[in-house]
Amino acid sequence: MNPTNSTTIQREGDHMIVNLGPSHPSTHGTLRIVMELEGEFVVKATPEIGYLHRGVEKLGENLSYHQFIPLTDRLNYCSSIMNNVGYTLAVEKLLGIQDPPRSQVIRVLVSELARIGDHIVCVGINAVDIGAFTAFLYLFKERETIYDLFEMAAGQRLHTSFTRIGGLMRDLPENFLPLLDQFLESMPRTIDEMEKLLTHNPIWYDRTKGVGKITPEDAIAWGYTGPCLRGAGVPQDLRKAQPYLGYDTYDFDIPIGTTGDVYDRYLVRTEEMRQSLRIVEQCVQKLKELGPGPVIVDDYKIALPPKEKVYTRMESLIHHFKLVMHGMDTPVGEVYSATEAANGELGYYIVSDGGKSPYRIHVRPPCYPIFNSFDEQVKGTLIADAIAVLGAMNIIAGELDR
Amino acid sequence: MILERIEALLPDAILDRHDFRGDLTIVVDGGRLLEVIDLIFTEGFQMLLDITAVDFLDRDPRFDVVYHLLNLTNQDRLRIKVRVNDGEAVPSLTSRFKCADWSESEVHDMFGLRFEGHPDLKRLLMWKDFPGHPLRKDFPMDGGDIFCDDTGASYAGDATSLQG
Amino acid sequence: MAELTIDDAVLPTRLDAVINWGRKNSLWPLPYGTACCAIEFMSMMSSKYDFSRFGAEALRFSPRQSDLLLVLGTITNKQAPVLRQIYAQMAEPKWVMSVGVCASSGGMYRTYATLQGIDRVVPVDVYVPGCPPRPETIIYGAMKLQEKITTEALKARKEHIQAFYDSFDRQKSLEAAKGLTPHQAVREMLLEAGEAGAQRIW
Ligand code: SF4
Repeated sequence: MNPTNSTTIQREGDHMIVNLGPSHPSTHGTLRIVMELEGEFVVKATPEIGYLHRGVEKLGENLSYHQFIPLTDRLNYCSSIMNNVGYTLAVEKLLGIQDPPRSQVIRVLVSELARIGDHIVCVGINAVDIGAFTAFLYLFKERETIYDLFEMAAGQRLHTSFTRIGGLMRDLPENFLPLLDQFLESMPRTIDEMEKLLTHNPIWYDRTKGVGKITPEDAIAWGYTGPCLRGAGVPQDLRKAQPYLGYDTYDFDIPIGTTGDVYDRYLVRTEEMRQSLRIVEQCVQKLKELGPGPVIVDDYKIALPPKEKVYTRMESLIHHFKLVMHGMDTPVGEVYSATEAANGELGYYIVSDGGKSPYRIHVRPPCYPIFNSFDEQVKGTLIADAIAVLGAMNIIAGELDR
Repeated sequence: MILERIEALLPDAILDRHDFRGDLTIVVDGGRLLEVIDLIFTEGFQMLLDITAVDFLDRDPRFDVVYHLLNLTNQDRLRIKVRVNDGEAVPSLTSRFKCADWSESEVHDMFGLRFEGHPDLKRLLMWKDFPGHPLRKDFPMDGGDIFCDDTGASYAGDATSLQG
Repeated sequence: MAELTIDDAVLPTRLDAVINWGRKNSLWPLPYGTACCAIEFMSMMSSKYDFSRFGAEALRFSPRQSDLLLVLGTITNKQAPVLRQIYAQMAEPKWVMSVGVCASSGGMYRTYATLQGIDRVVPVDVYVPGCPPRPETIIYGAMKLQEKITTEALKARKEHIQAFYDSFDRQKSLEAAKGLTPHQAVREMLLEAGEAGAQRIW
């Protein structure tokens, strides 16, 4: 079979080989799946990945710790800001520092907004793939608001690069909270609307119920994390299990499913959006209580001094120069730091030799082991169900291939 | 705690250990990896999160294969490292963890290491006839060929020539 | 009622102009979304920015039914032969918009894996800068393309596409003659072009 043909059909006895991708409307990003079909049933599905392998890890070995932040945006591009947060937390663990309290709250706030945005894309596109277009349009209106919020905070809609090692790029601008209030008011209604369109919709129910079931044991053996694992009934959420950024001071619940099928994953994601809204509300409250304060550590060996000081004080200028030209000093050692991203456990493994750039940086993307199980998930099901399963796995090629 | 268990049941399995920033790390001998894995599996480390490798160009043995495991019950994490040289094989964990399949393939692809007992070790991210193993330290970042070269004329200049 | 004269009924024009007018207002895009830029493209298609205002909302995911290739995102070396294949399959006349810095120049990924600009393997008509370009920018790019189509000579477009077909044939014959995979053939052609001081293989 010619590997470059985007759609090849070939008969092998009674089995038909159908090639999905690398350019196919239902493959998110670029991946390729070669399916062996018997009639409408999948006998074997062989995913082939790497079409978006851009060499991020190699690039990271040649960039300074700060310069790697923009590359983390482009891993899971549906929720960029969470990747920023995860990466900076890893570097902070390596340095043994902690960011100021206000920065922690803002990090939680933007992470939860990103989680909502990510689930919007996942649920919306999953529905579009199955044939329900309307929910997507309703949901995307809210996602535009999230974009606006991010743009206000970081200056970019999608690739925010909002965090810095030791804190944030800057504090939230003053018209951020009013717009956030509007969002907090309209988003619950949109979720209700979406639920009206999907949850009790017989077509959606029939297409997703019982599709892609998985037992908790299998899910653990496959290394599932995130909504897919919780959909299978395992209440593992790093925000509760290994709290970081003070997540233990927030009040929220972890939704879990029972069968791990596409419908359960959808329900888990829907409920997580609601829980995230709860967390965001508490963040707003906390920000008010905390009052103004620094959002980045006061250590000029790690964080750049403020611009006014650089222009007026010699010492700050030297710090700025040193940090930009030589990078910061790091201890020799290795750390693995994991955060709960929208898709599951997002881990960064950093090996430092004390130099200005990591000796080795490795990203553990949540959807990588999940997609590994694709063959087992769809074997024996209808080809149409395979598309539903693929959508619910929420494969993001950027982090899958890195 | 888990370290004491390993030491009690499998004496001499642990070659080296540290816990930099609280990350429990042990170095074990490649030949005893499966034993150790089996033991800690019964102790609750049932989730293999990740397999990767690090290339220390001038060290002997040259590579570290790194495993990250998680205990779901008490949320402990453990990092296991196996040191190997180029050409030596590491036992595959595919018989114990399903998710080892792609992770090991990736390490094979990126570092050129072999995993003994892996059912289908292949290039995963790069294409089949890609020359070399990109994440080795002696592999040039730009691949050392024309793919990344940018001398010569660019097409953008004559884009207007189409106008009639 | 006044009598109809020939001037009222007939509008004299050039064939090029009238065909181009039709072409520019009925583009059928094929979104080849590979990475993050495709997410911005989603925004562009959905409620707020609404691309259908430009007569180009009829997305077709099959290259056979489309004439505007939107390359949205990073094209890696692994994908380069796929991209060529897709471009070859598209209906004539065809245009290519390279959206985002990755597609235009490799962007921030100057590595062994990323193709440093898709114009090395397929002809590009409009480059849209940005990482990712905002939806407005992509729409502006589409308008620029429409402008370009208006002034284009039909014959020039034909020859332009023919040049690509020639290179595609060369790739195929290379594959057949030396038993190469498409990746190897494209790589060999790039190397050859590089030695001759050229940046493209078509
Ligand atoms: S140009 Fe930027 S946004 Fe677009 S694909 Fe490349 S990295 Fe992603």
